[in-house]
Amino acid sequence: MTSTAPSTAPPPTAPPRKARTVTRPGDRIFAGMSTGSGVLLLVVMAAIAVFLTVRAVHAIAKDHGNFLTTFEWNAALTPPKFGVAVLAYGTAVSSIIAMVIAVPIAVGIALFITHYAPRKVGGAIAFVVDLLAAVPSIIYGLWGALFLVPHLSGLNLWLDKYFGWTVIFDKSDPNSSPRSLFTVGILLAIMILPIITNVSREVIRQVPRMHQEAALALGATRWEVIRMSVLPFARSGIISASMLGLGRALGETMAVATVLSANSELSAHLLDIGGGTFSQNIVAKFGEATDFGRDALIASGLVLFVITLVVNGAARVIIARRKEYSGANA
Amino acid sequence: MKLQRKSGLRALTVGAVAVTGALVLTACGSDNNSDNSSSSSSSPSSSSSGSSSNASSISCAKGQILSSGSTAQQNAIEAWVKNYQQACQGATINYKPSSSGQGVIDFNQGTDAFAGSDSPLAADEITSSKKVCSGGEGIDLPMVGGPIAIGYNLPGVSNLVLDAPTLAKIFNSKITTWNDPAIKKLNPGASLPSTKIQTVHRQDDSGTTDNLTKYLGGAAKADWPYPHAKAWAGKGGQAVAQSSGVASLVKQTEGSIGYFELSYATADSIPTVKIATGAPQPVEATTANASNGIAQAKVVGTGSDLALDLSAAYTTKAPNAYPIVLTTYEIVCDKGNKADTLPLTKSFLNYIASADGQSALTSAGYAPIPDAIISKVRSTISALS
Repeated sequence: MTSTAPSTAPPPTAPPRKARTVTRPGDRIFAGMSTGSGVLLLVVMAAIAVFLTVRAVHAIAKDHGNFLTTFEWNAALTPPKFGVAVLAYGTAVSSIIAMVIAVPIAVGIALFITHYAPRKVGGAIAFVVDLLAAVPSIIYGLWGALFLVPHLSGLNLWLDKYFGWTVIFDKSDPNSSPRSLFTVGILLAIMILPIITNVSREVIRQVPRMHQEAALALGATRWEVIRMSVLPFARSGIISASMLGLGRALGETMAVATVLSANSELSAHLLDIGGGTFSQNIVAKFGEATDFGRDALIASGLVLFVITLVVNGAARVIIARRKEYSGANA
Repeated sequence: MKLQRKSGLRALTVGAVAVTGALVLTACGSDNNSDNSSSSSSSPSSSSSGSSSNASSISCAKGQILSSGSTAQQNAIEAWVKNYQQACQGATINYKPSSSGQGVIDFNQGTDAFAGSDSPLAADEITSSKKVCSGGEGIDLPMVGGPIAIGYNLPGVSNLVLDAPTLAKIFNSKITTWNDPAIKKLNPGASLPSTKIQTVHRQDDSGTTDNLTKYLGGAAKADWPYPHAKAWAGKGGQAVAQSSGVASLVKQTEGSIGYFELSYATADSIPTVKIATGAPQPVEATTANASNGIAQAKVVGTGSDLALDLSAAYTTKAPNAYPIVLTTYEIVCDKGNKADTLPLTKSFLNYIASADGQSALTSAGYAPIPDAIISKVRSTISALS
């Protein structure tokens, strides 16, 4: 303090200068880098969107079927006829089955790890779940084709017998192989389980201890604590987690391609052979596709891109609506 | 039932492996391609013919060429490349089995000296080939023929005979049991079970499917109402990736029927259907019979293009002519091949079109191209520039 006192000659101008934040090269570099990362993300997304759109428009313009309602995919015909109806349906149905199965189980695992299991057991389970996330999808595909498909025949027959009246579980040919959208849904459920579990677990960990202790103090049982203080607080986080999982389910390729016996029929019978998904169709058709055929496949990729955007947008809306429970207000 | 399920399992393994394999191959390939094409120009292009060659039909050239395309002719090309490179020091022929579509794309981008394809160039592909072939255009040279075998799994029934309308109805799920009157009529002596027919077809787009559906549409128009296509159009049945996948699913599933190249039937010892063509005897799927079938084909390419129209083969009644055949082509520029790759391309194509080259096909399960057509191929090759 005193050492700087002698230089009092320019006091009127000096104080405002000192009040400004000092910018060192490090600041500028870091600010530049983080801005750059942000911009890069936008550029990559824009580049993907532009690429998909340009190639897709070219293909769709020459499509002699209705791109949205045609069942078959035959871009090599003259005139070409292809549409995404079956693919969109198959992608949606298999992902919905996966979500219906995976979300409750994943939340259950997360709650078990955080609230029920002894610390050591919980840690071990968390580790195993992490491992599940590290398994490549082709391994899931092989396992699905080799183990899951042959072992699902029994479940299929049971569902057909007792729930056949629901139409969706009615199997037209009970003897046919269970390489159906339902099997794909089960496999996808296993694949997205670790993502949803891990994110949900972290979110549930964030629930303030005070809320839970307050509930306990009011005489709530453990289940009531979870129902009244944990789940409401973690709900938006669990929804985000589910959306991450859904993203993987929508785009999963190899596992679906190995398990599903695809065709171009749209059927409400989930246990029947057939159907298809966007990524599975791209894998099956890309090899023999001509330049035009590839553009057509890219057009189907664009539809998947749009569906993913819509799903993520919907998730944001849901989360925004439940803001009162989010961590920001805790 | 139990049996069936276990077997479906094993079959699926192969399918699964095949899907992966195909992807891996495709993925690896494209990098190589662009890399090599730039480096290949640096290799000296001296065409020194007549070095120490043990096979008389090979007149050697040196250098390195790249090619890619159809997996259907992969085994044939591999055998040829092996023979050629053994005879000729300093020659490297790199054939990347990706797919016919990829082969044509590579060729039209100028990375391939020649491409292998299951189907001749389409009109717009010929147009875009003019950019690569300065002063010329891409032409199709039929080099490899083959029967498409219809394999079945029906214990106790050997020598199953079917005809085109019956096949079309089976693959379109119009005939669903093995003891259907139509099948009984063609197999008077056989004791056919009442089990359901399980048809197996390709899940991925395929030249094999294209050629089979060309046959079904050509020989049984009334019962196969779909246009021929690489994508399967028939109703019902199971889809599985790759010919190997179809073959193993048929092998493991009782009551099943599927289609694949003859070599898969031989390798897995799957019985194949004899086709009642109207010839005195039903025709078996063999390479020799396939050559007889292809002999009915007409050249429909214009100029030096030798694209074949096989529709006469589909309906042939000639004895020992198997009607379900496919031919695969090598695609080159008639004029305007790159100067540094032309000598080796020409020399290699000369070898594979030669009597020696064609006779090497039989052992790999392929059918040699009949003399009348292959002699035209030879004269076209010698005129390449």
